[in-house]
Amino acid sequence: MSALLEMRGITKEFPGVKALDQVDLTVDSGEILALVGENGAGKSTLMKVLSGVYPAGSYDGEIHYDGELAQFANIADSEAKGIIIIHQELALVPLLSIAENIFLGNERAKGGVINWRETDRRTVELLKKVGLSEAPGTLIDKLGVGKQQLVEIAKALSKEVRLLILDEPTAALSEADSQALLDLMLELKAQGVTQIIISHKLNEVRRVADKITVIRDGTSVSSMDARAEKVSEDRIVRDMVGRDMAQRYPARERRSGDELLTVRDWNVFHPLHADRQVIENVNLSVRAGEVVGIAGLMGAGRTELAMSLFGRAYGQKISGTVEMRGQPVDVSTVSRAIDAGLAYVTEDRKALGLILDETIQRNITLSNLEEVSRGQVLQEAAETQVADKYRKALNIRTPGVFQRVVNLSGGNQQKVVLSKWLFAGPEVLILDEPTRGIDVGAKFEIYGIINDLSAQGKGVLMISSEMPELLGMCDRIYVMNEGAFVGELTAKDASQEAIMSLIVTD
Amino acid sequence: MDIAQDTQTPEKGQGIGAYLARHLREYGLLFALIAIMAFFQIVTNGTLLKPVNVTNLLLQNSYIVIMALGMLIVIVAGHIDLSVGSVMGFVGALAAVMIVEFDQSTGVTIATCILAGGLIGAAQGYWIAYWKIPSFIVTLAGMLVFRGASLWLLEGQSLGPFPREFQMIANGFVPDIFPAAFGEGIAELLGQRRVNVLALGAGLIAAALILSLELKKRAQNRAYGMEVEPNGFFWARVGIIAFALVFILFKLSTFRGLPNVLITMGILTILYAFFTERTVTGRRIYALGGNEKAAKLSGVKTERLTFLAFVNMGVLAAIAGMVFAARLNSATPKAGFALELDVIAAVFIGGASMSGGVGKIVGAVVGAFLMGVLNNGMSILGIGIDYQQMIKGLVLLAAVIFDVYNKSKQA
Repeated sequence: MSALLEMRGITKEFPGVKALDQVDLTVDSGEILALVGENGAGKSTLMKVLSGVYPAGSYDGEIHYDGELAQFANIADSEAKGIIIIHQELALVPLLSIAENIFLGNERAKGGVINWRETDRRTVELLKKVGLSEAPGTLIDKLGVGKQQLVEIAKALSKEVRLLILDEPTAALSEADSQALLDLMLELKAQGVTQIIISHKLNEVRRVADKITVIRDGTSVSSMDARAEKVSEDRIVRDMVGRDMAQRYPARERRSGDELLTVRDWNVFHPLHADRQVIENVNLSVRAGEVVGIAGLMGAGRTELAMSLFGRAYGQKISGTVEMRGQPVDVSTVSRAIDAGLAYVTEDRKALGLILDETIQRNITLSNLEEVSRGQVLQEAAETQVADKYRKALNIRTPGVFQRVVNLSGGNQQKVVLSKWLFAGPEVLILDEPTRGIDVGAKFEIYGIINDLSAQGKGVLMISSEMPELLGMCDRIYVMNEGAFVGELTAKDASQEAIMSLIVTD
Repeated sequence: MDIAQDTQTPEKGQGIGAYLARHLREYGLLFALIAIMAFFQIVTNGTLLKPVNVTNLLLQNSYIVIMALGMLIVIVAGHIDLSVGSVMGFVGALAAVMIVEFDQSTGVTIATCILAGGLIGAAQGYWIAYWKIPSFIVTLAGMLVFRGASLWLLEGQSLGPFPREFQMIANGFVPDIFPAAFGEGIAELLGQRRVNVLALGAGLIAAALILSLELKKRAQNRAYGMEVEPNGFFWARVGIIAFALVFILFKLSTFRGLPNVLITMGILTILYAFFTERTVTGRRIYALGGNEKAAKLSGVKTERLTFLAFVNMGVLAAIAGMVFAARLNSATPKAGFALELDVIAAVFIGGASMSGGVGKIVGAVVGAFLMGVLNNGMSILGIGIDYQQMIKGLVLLAAVIFDVYNKSKQA
């Protein structure tokens, strides 16, 4: 069997970060390769290099495709060669029909006039191939996620695909839909379509993959042939997470006091699809001085849980109780949640955390303006003092507090968001991916701030996709998968393997 | 009033040139107003700044200025209100019907009209704030509804006249509280026929007040390490503003003194400037317009604020409607027609951003007067309404292009 694709020594650097370091990847004609690795390991970056999102010349290393050196300048180049990626977030236009979506940008037309008969005929053919029995004129809007996924595949097939790449195709699918999709993959393989699947779900990987390549921290760790003998999940998990933990986390005296936050029987439904349950029966508690982690993969429902707790900022039909220090509290609006002693530091600081065009000062005081005003009147002097205090305490590296936050680095922006919530004076802080997108030095500082909070007797609930971070920081870790808690580990019992296996065997 | 208030940016260069480049927008507006006034003063052979014309200018633009205050808040909150012209006309019609046909007292009429304006704003704001229906659509509907409603109220006819008390809202002047002999003495001194001492005194006091406020602010900025204007700029800017105030009020004092409307307008402007810049609620409106989701997650009650912004707009449109009707001494079905566009233009010329979160009350007021002086000057010159419209349109476009250009240069 000959190699259809061979990527050799791929290295891709972003300012300050080496995202990929000498990655090798080989895919033979007609096989299914599974690419596995933790969030942020570099899988998506590698696929972007392959598809020309990062054009030739912006990375080091060579891509050999179909026996020749490939140098794609953009996605159109790679698509012309039959390399097609289906991303995790589907790229369909909801209010156009199936047929219109399949041939979007590739219309069956003569002189700009669309030949609808031809379009519909081809669509019916393609839909039959992927096993979808819907009329070509059905709007995408009317289809479930599983069927939308199939439309994406039909779209790929319409372009004479030779190498189909599926990025987490089953992340949003139900069990039955997932099985159908995996069957389809095997069928396409029988028809000679080479495929790469990126997935976290090891049982699925083992079911379809001929070969499994693990990447970790931007390097390819191992490549296993799954045809000869079944690869054990333990082996894959070990390769995925097996890095040594250096002293990346400042030491903290671990102690915990009274129970601060208690959540019982928390249920949340999707804000748009009232019948889709996003959070199922979650129970959790955080003690004073405790740092509690929530581990899970993207899409596990961690952010949804946090935001639904924080003033019902997410979801509908929310049920369950929240107690602070044993007393039931009302968290039905954001300002009530703040009054109850909660704070939520968002994972998306630009969209949800900051007023980018405003100054550092105005961002810091926003959630507690009463503290810097007399009656309704703002006391600018007091406001500046407060902002300056936090600028110094959290080491926000700017000359003053009148810079607009849009001009700050990610680490400084994150410190501004943290300052805002520290100034609101909460008892329990929910930190959602507090170190996402910031450099190593700033990360260490953020960890120090978290430890200070714990020393002051605050409770911290920390959501993170970086498992070493959770292991390094937390006293206790809840493991979440598909909207429910599937396990709880103490710092002593927790390990990346233990967390991973709770997730993948769920 | 601080038209050119410092918004501090990181130090990028020293010297007056660099400072001016960073703050071109703020000074630009002030200079543009002065330049336009100087231009028309010359080409109209001094008619523009004759006491009677200055008085007229203030009266003619008062209702635009009053509505621009509310529109600025609506636009800063990230919305738009297309209905204000119609609402203004409707409230004027309501006032006329109440007074002329139902013989109500001026006090009852004013109270009812303000309440009606608030209710209209609430009715529109409800859909925008709580149902998330785009304000463009809701207020476009409101524009049609209340245009029709005023036609219906007036049965297509003009209705008037109003009693003297009601006319006083727009056409009255504050009587001079100083003895006449005092005024005559000063008039002789200044070589004028007569001088209203109250008006002249008000001008001097306002100028002194602005000077002291600006000095205080400057000292404060310096104490907190904010960028302060170069000395020359500070004195030039404050000097020009203070001089302009004294000059305009001196002109007024040699005619009939302080118009009632000027007092209303002045008090409202100061109140709203204070509200937007110095109060908790004002700050939250900027946060709401700057990033609604982040504001909401910071505990800002975004829906309620949006709702209140429209209630406030309705109240101000009602006040403007009464001023307008009182000035014409009758309510007409055409009153306020297309006026919303002048109001919106004034706010954008004043530096507000279409995407929300940015804009100043003082900017909107200056923007309104800039348009007003253009209108007035061109009318004196006898330029046709056709050319006037075209020129005003181009001025609006130029102001916004200037904004965008400035912003892209800074980034």
